[in-house]
Amino acid sequence: MKEEKYWSPYVSGVGLGLTLLLAFVLVGRGLGASGAMMRLDVWFMNLIAPAHTAANTYLSRYAESPLSNWLIFEVVGVIIGGFLSGALAGRLKAKIGKGQRISNRGRLILAFTGGAVMGFGARLARGCTSGLALTGGATLAVGGWVFMFAVFAGAYATAYFVRRQWI
Amino acid sequence: MAPFYKFGFFGEQTSFILALLIGISFGFWLERAGFGNSRKLALQFYFQDMTVLKVMFTAIVTAMIGLMYLTLFGWIDISKVFINPTFLYAQAVGGIVLGIGFAIGGYCPGTAVVGASTGRIDAYLFILGALFGMVVFGETFPLFENFFYAGEMGQVRLTDIINLSTGLIGLLIILMAVGMFLGGEWLEKKFRKEPAV
Repeated sequence: MKEEKYWSPYVSGVGLGLTLLLAFVLVGRGLGASGAMMRLDVWFMNLIAPAHTAANTYLSRYAESPLSNWLIFEVVGVIIGGFLSGALAGRLKAKIGKGQRISNRGRLILAFTGGAVMGFGARLARGCTSGLALTGGATLAVGGWVFMFAVFAGAYATAYFVRRQWI
Repeated sequence: MAPFYKFGFFGEQTSFILALLIGISFGFWLERAGFGNSRKLALQFYFQDMTVLKVMFTAIVTAMIGLMYLTLFGWIDISKVFINPTFLYAQAVGGIVLGIGFAIGGYCPGTAVVGASTGRIDAYLFILGALFGMVVFGETFPLFENFFYAGEMGQVRLTDIINLSTGLIGLLIILMAVGMFLGGEWLEKKFRKEPAV
């Protein structure tokens, strides 16, 4: 099956916005992603080092049944929804997103590195692009707007140094 | 009245089922927009593909207008909707750090999940990296604890700190978004080097 084109950003944006609005109306909270990753971390650390996890002032706040949580269910939904959309558009394919001037290995190393930096930043900021910028942006939370512009600033300032990866 | 969960229309278990359904819709729309594709996301930072900006601000404006209407008619109690608490310094610095990670890694947490669900190998590495970075944060937390809590302002909204009516602030945000859409289209015309995907 040939890959379909992506839908208009404005159509997709309205779809996302209505999804977010539905979350506010039904459960009184927005969307998220990084919180679920933190909970997966703490779940795993609970298995291998429960005493250590309980003694850490940050990790311990997630330590009680970390996976029985709204965000975990939501992210499982994201996996299903992303898969369905990809399947319908013929986009299910093992591949690596990158420009032509970087090797697969180089890209994968940078993907891990960028993920690590982002994971740290998301915890420091108490949220990521979905949980803080999108959700906080729509509810007019001051921190959400500060965060959103900071994200764009950080990314644009870094783009030049990693240009061989993308362009 | 909404939010229904907060007014006891259903319990936690039902809210988990709704979380799954809302997540499916979230993932679907992210993938439709092309957010499973790291390169498409990253080209935003070279002005070649402004999809991130367009989708993000369309979504914010849509949900914001919806909330404002529902509040106006008294159908939703905004005081029962979660407002992200503001911790100015941690969120400004955390945002910059996250932005650096975005340019290097090409994903953010939600889009990486979508990328992984459609078979993107770099998305899996990104998620492993994010899981690692969060453990590092947890383990080094005592070093940042004071900074983490500095500049606390509570659940403060733009309507609390800007002396204008809610409707006017909403209008200004809409105008800003439209300006960004026009600017984004113009930048793409100027900088795009290959046909849009």
